[in-house]
This record gives sequence, structure tokens and C-alpha cells, in this order.
Amino acid sequence: MPSTPAVYEIVAREDFSDATFLLEIRHPRMARAARPGQFVIVMEHPEGERIPLTLADFDPGRGTITLVIQAVGKTTREMQQNCRVGGALHALVGPMGMPSVIGGAKKVACVGGGLGVAPMFPQARACKQAGAYVVGIVGFRSRSLVFWEDKFRSACDELIVCTNDGSAGMKGFVTDGVRVALERHPDLGELIAIGPPVMMKACAEATRARKVKTMVSVNPIMVDGTGMCGGCRVKVGDKVKFACVDGPDFDGHQVDFDDLMARLARFAAQEKSALERWSASCRMSQPPAEEPLELPDPFEEVRGG
Amino acid sequence: MASAAKKKTIRTIPQARTPMPERDAKQRARSFQEVACGYSVEHALREAERCLLCPEPLCVDGCPVGIDIPEFIRRIGAKDFRGAYDTIAATNLLPAICGRVCPQENQCEGVCTVGETLEPVAIGRLERWVGDRALAEGWSSAPYIEPNGFRIGIVGSGPAGMACAADMAKAGCEVTVYEAFHEPGGVLKYGIPDFRLPNSVIDAEIENLRKLGVKFECNTLVGRLFTLEQMLDEMGYHAVFVGTGAGYPSMMGIPGESLNGVLSANELLTRCNLMRARDFPRFDTPLPAGKRVAVIGSGNTAMDALRVSLRLGAEKVHCIYRRSRAESPARAEELHHAEEEGIEFHWLTNPLEILGDAEAGKAGKVRGMRCIRMALGAPDASGRPRPVPVAGSEFEFAADLVVYAIGTNANPIIGQTSKLGLDKRGYIAADDALATSMAGVFAGGDIVTGAATVIEAMGAGRKAARSMQAYLGLGGAAPGGEKLFGIDPSEHNFTRLRAA
Repeated sequence: MPSTPAVYEIVAREDFSDATFLLEIRHPRMARAARPGQFVIVMEHPEGERIPLTLADFDPGRGTITLVIQAVGKTTREMQQNCRVGGALHALVGPMGMPSVIGGAKKVACVGGGLGVAPMFPQARACKQAGAYVVGIVGFRSRSLVFWEDKFRSACDELIVCTNDGSAGMKGFVTDGVRVALERHPDLGELIAIGPPVMMKACAEATRARKVKTMVSVNPIMVDGTGMCGGCRVKVGDKVKFACVDGPDFDGHQVDFDDLMARLARFAAQEKSALERWSASCRMSQPPAEEPLELPDPFEEVRGG
Repeated sequence: MASAAKKKTIRTIPQARTPMPERDAKQRARSFQEVACGYSVEHALREAERCLLCPEPLCVDGCPVGIDIPEFIRRIGAKDFRGAYDTIAATNLLPAICGRVCPQENQCEGVCTVGETLEPVAIGRLERWVGDRALAEGWSSAPYIEPNGFRIGIVGSGPAGMACAADMAKAGCEVTVYEAFHEPGGVLKYGIPDFRLPNSVIDAEIENLRKLGVKFECNTLVGRLFTLEQMLDEMGYHAVFVGTGAGYPSMMGIPGESLNGVLSANELLTRCNLMRARDFPRFDTPLPAGKRVAVIGSGNTAMDALRVSLRLGAEKVHCIYRRSRAESPARAEELHHAEEEGIEFHWLTNPLEILGDAEAGKAGKVRGMRCIRMALGAPDASGRPRPVPVAGSEFEFAADLVVYAIGTNANPIIGQTSKLGLDKRGYIAADDALATSMAGVFAGGDIVTGAATVIEAMGAGRKAARSMQAYLGLGGAAPGGEKLFGIDPSEHNFTRLRAA
């Protein structure tokens, strides 16, 4: 059995846009253990915070795991600035959470939006391997931000790309893509949605009337990721569940998304001040960096999911 | 040496217990520096004088790990400080920690003979003094260890895992301790605050374990990265100890619990202690800010949450407990320190609802709690008087942060990922020898008993180590030598079979 590495070396990096980037990290043991739907917790440096990120890929052959990160807060922007090939993360623990239950339905729609686009890939691949007909639905703001299209096509029997401006695929949000898929496939057995809570909520609403099983991957704030702090508690039906050990996948028709969204704003003030302070210190030390014109949706915050 | 000691009686010993030098309550309530400063040599010698060196000492029976208390105190009195350390270290490798966090009043000091007439000997303070001196002098009790070829895996680096690791390493095993967090220490690190147990003390004790040859692997979530079965079948461990703690915090199930101003003591303490959120923004982890903090519960975790809140700058910190002070499960010294520092205690009070702020822009915030007064009724299953609500005594209480410290449930990860037998409440089922339903797997500490104390967890770790040694046939033949039934005992499938 491969051993746990002493350092978590970054072996590849790819930038998909000015906010979204990919890190491939060597961890042979985790690459072997990981399953779709699981997440990791990362610390970039010893003074950093622990942030959960859903696995975007894992390759036992290469002995690596892949994370796709959106730089929206202080920690993720710092990672965008500091994480280079040959460098290393301070801490990387996982895989965490219950693996997704794959293989129940013959026809599955896999929906990824915002931060959930990349983590949808392992789900789609696993569904296809389990013999399901897979309809992939992924959303981006515009054509220039589209990534992994080939990868998704390889894992899906059908791929619906949605862009906000219509510059690639169909114009609209992923929820528009979901409506198309539901019309095309009345026999859809399951829908898996990963992305910002507003998006997952809309997906769950779209399937509720037709009673299509809908699993969502929630992304609350966490510290340890092992069931110890309870920060990630979510309301699912009339029960309170911890996303880190009871999830992160839950029945989308049962999740209280409004509660989830309110709880994601727990540290909004501290997060804003940390980002402002950090941005100011960066401006002092270097020529002004070009800010992205359009800021990502705040609920795309990089907390996994 | 013993003959040279003059005969002491209850009349000849110093009558008053030597006070512990402490930081001033007002000044310390805003600082994370340690409250109890520790004895000086003079203090220790004077307090050692107070021990009657009973020939049949009750204190040793009162100690969960059976430290030879009169002997270590006698050696302090004889100024053989290194000898005192060696005496303690024979049964407890972590005196600097235990001297600080044990509930001595219920253990050794609770049964001290001197305590029948006067205040008991300050055994805990003396133990801490010896432990601190050992750390300062760099003493460690690393004996010559004859490697025996057995490999032991330990899941969790808290007190149970540390104690088990120490004993197995001393027995000659190759020990690896796995920890899910990025630093070892478990609850000692994330839970107990610096003003009660400084991180430097924990790190020094962990360094001592490393000197014994114990390896620590952090960032490793056993069950998910690899399973217990894989440890035994693929990774070559001959036996495994599970000490993953209770963890999973309990909530009350009352309305308003998902409001943003409500969190578990575990979360507050982990953010503050391990993640150093108290030094935000120098450290990135944020903390919820509370001006009027209410902590529900009155155990040691509640005391830590109360006193941490004060130090984080809260104006008022309240303890809400449904029973009275007499039933408070906290260590006497912690309760006393919390009172000195200005925590307000609301005994016989139970929350019914957490009230949110309906004002625009404050959605999700807490404005207070609706509580009810309680009265003590007949004893319940725990033997303590059952608190019963007083009809019509409901009242509102202002607070902007509510911290739950009402206990924990079993951590579910090992149960989810192995075939290990669990009890009805989800804790690991273990027999008297702490063996589990899987041959070669032992368990102890909170994950078996439910939430208890650091020293009880250490006691369980040591007990499991004894069982493991018996299971591996240690103390007798080393593997590679004698063959039993023609099979090399180093083949772990055989050793597992032997216990089955």
C-alpha cells in the first residue's frame, strides 16, 4: 500500500480563468482511497485556515488528486498567488465524507455549476462506469471560461453546456439546461447537482413535482471535517445532519437551502475584512493587479461542495 | 533513605496546603497566559513535607493509572527530583499534563489521609512541578528498548492514543500514531485552552514520545484514507488501538439552534486554540464575536468555553446550567477560577428557545434566549437530583452568542468504515480488557465510555496496551524465536487467530 506523503507536492497547475485554477497534488494513498462525492480539507500555510474542497478528480495510476479552486476570498486568492508546481501545501487531509451512492438509476443527469462544475466529473464518470446513461449539464458565464469539455464528453452520453451570454452551448443557467434534460428524458431516474446553494435549490425545485430523485452536495463552513465541531450542521427534513460525516450528499428535496445559505454568511464580515486587508497588502508590495470586472457569485465561495 | 526520614504525624506536618501562585483574576481574564504559575522548589519541598507517606496509601488506588504517589513525594522531600520523575514516569509519561488537568479532588486527593483532618496534600500540583522540571531539564524516561518486531497502529493522538503509544513503544513495538488534524495532541490541543494547559507543554510531551521511537502521522483520517481492516491486512500492523474520542457535539433540539450566533464549544475552542483564531487576522481562521455570551452546560468544556469567551473580549459571559452548583461536573479548580474571573452563573436554569433578531440586516443573529427556572427533584439514573421545570417561571435573557457545552456523542467515522461492533449509542463495544469485536483491534477513551476525563482516557490507553501485549504474547517469547504450532507468531493472521 502506498504511504502517506510527508509533503503534499503540487505536480501540476492549470489556470482556467482569472479566478478558476486547477491544482494536481501528489498523494498516492488518497488517490487510491478517494470516491466520487468526497472532499478534502486544505491548509495552504501554517497560519492559514482549513478549507474544504470537493475532489475534482483522483488518479490511482498517477498517484494524484485534483482540486479546482475559485479564488474569491482571502485564502483562495492567496492560494492562487502562492501555489506553484514544485511547491507544496501545508496540510491536506481526506478523503472525507460519505462517498456518493452510485448505480441506482439507469438514466442520470449530472449538473455542475460554479464551483460544482469540476467535482461533477467524478460523479459522471462513476455513473457511466456503473452502466447508466449520463446527461451532463454544466454552466459557465461565457465561452472563455469553459473548461474540461472533452473530459465531460468522455464521461457523459450527452452534454449540455450552458453559458449566461450564450457564447457557447445554450444560453441560460444550468437550471435551464435541467429543464431541457427533463423534457428530453421523461424517464430520468436521478439528478445529481453540485454547485452554489441557490443553484442546487433551483435544481431540486425543478425535479420536485416529477419526483425525480435529486441528490445535492452541500458546502457549509467546516473546521475539522471529522464530525467534531458541528459547524457544518444542515437541516435535512426534520433532522439536523453534519455535512462532514453524515454527508456531504443529501436528498435535495429535504435540504433546507435557506438555512444553508444563511449559515454560509456566518463569517461574512471577517471574510470581507480579511480579503480587503490582504488585497491592500498585495497592492503595496506589487504593481496593481487587474481586478476581474465581474465578481463571482458570493455563494460560489470556496468552501467545498 | 527511608529510615533517615523522621516520623511524621498529622500534628508535625505543615498544617496549611501550600497555595498555588496564580495570576491576578482581573489581569488574567483577558490573557491566554497560564493562570496557575506552578510551585517553586521551596513550595514543592514544603508541600512534600505534608505527605505522611502512608504505608497503605489510598491515593495510589485513587489514581486511574496507579502512580506510586508516596514514593514520588518522598523523593521530592529527599531532593531526589530526577528520582521523583522516574517514579511518576514508570506509570505516567505525561505528568506535566495530568498534574494540570486531572480532577484530583475526585481521585488521589479525594482519598488522601491528610485530607481527613486537614486539606489534602496537593498531589496534582506536586506532579505538575515534577513534570515541568523534567521538561525544563530535558529528562525523559527513554529506557533501552529491545525491538520485538511487532508493529502497532494507533488511531487518534489524544490522551488515550498517547498513553497506549508510550507503553507499546516501551515494550519494544514499532508504533505509528495517526491523527486527522494537522498537529498531534487531540483534545489536549484543540480543546483545552493555553491558559490551562500551554501548547508548549503538550509539544514537549509529544517530543518525549518521539524519543521513545513513536512516529506521528498527521493529516490522516483513518477509516477514510485507509480502514482498520487494511491496517491489519495490508499495512502490516499486528494490533491496532482506536482512541478517536467522542467528538460529535450534542445539541438540545430547541428552536433557534441553526441561528448563526449558535455554535458548539468544540467549534469555539478549536477555532481559538488549534487554529489560533484569537490572533485573527495574523492567523486566517475567524471567530464569531460575542459581547454577551451564554454557555449552556457546566462541565470542564463549558468552563473552558466561558473563560475563552472572556479572554476573547466578551463584556458579559454567562453560564446556564439546569442543575445547581453542587451537581456541576466541572473540576473544582476550574469552577473556582471561572467564578474569580467574573463569569456569571445561572444555576437551575434551562433554555427553551434561542431567539433570533428579526430586524433587517440582522437576520440569523441571536438576540437572546427564553429560559425557565428549574428545581431539583428526586435522583435520576445518574444518581444526581433530576432538574424539573418550575411552572410559570419562564423569562427572557439577552445574549448575542450561544455556546453549547452539553456533551458529545460518539464519532461515527470508524463505525461507518469498519465492521467493528458498536453499542446502542454508537460507541465502540469493548470488553473489560478493551478488546473489540475485531481480533487485534483494541479501543479506549471517550469512543468507548462516552465523554470522560483526560486521565481516564490515559488509563484506558494503558489498559489497552497491557491487553495488546498479552494478545501479542509479549513479556514472553519475542517473534521470530519460538514458533507456536509450527507457525511464526510474527505472522499477524496467526496472532489474530490466537485471540479469536
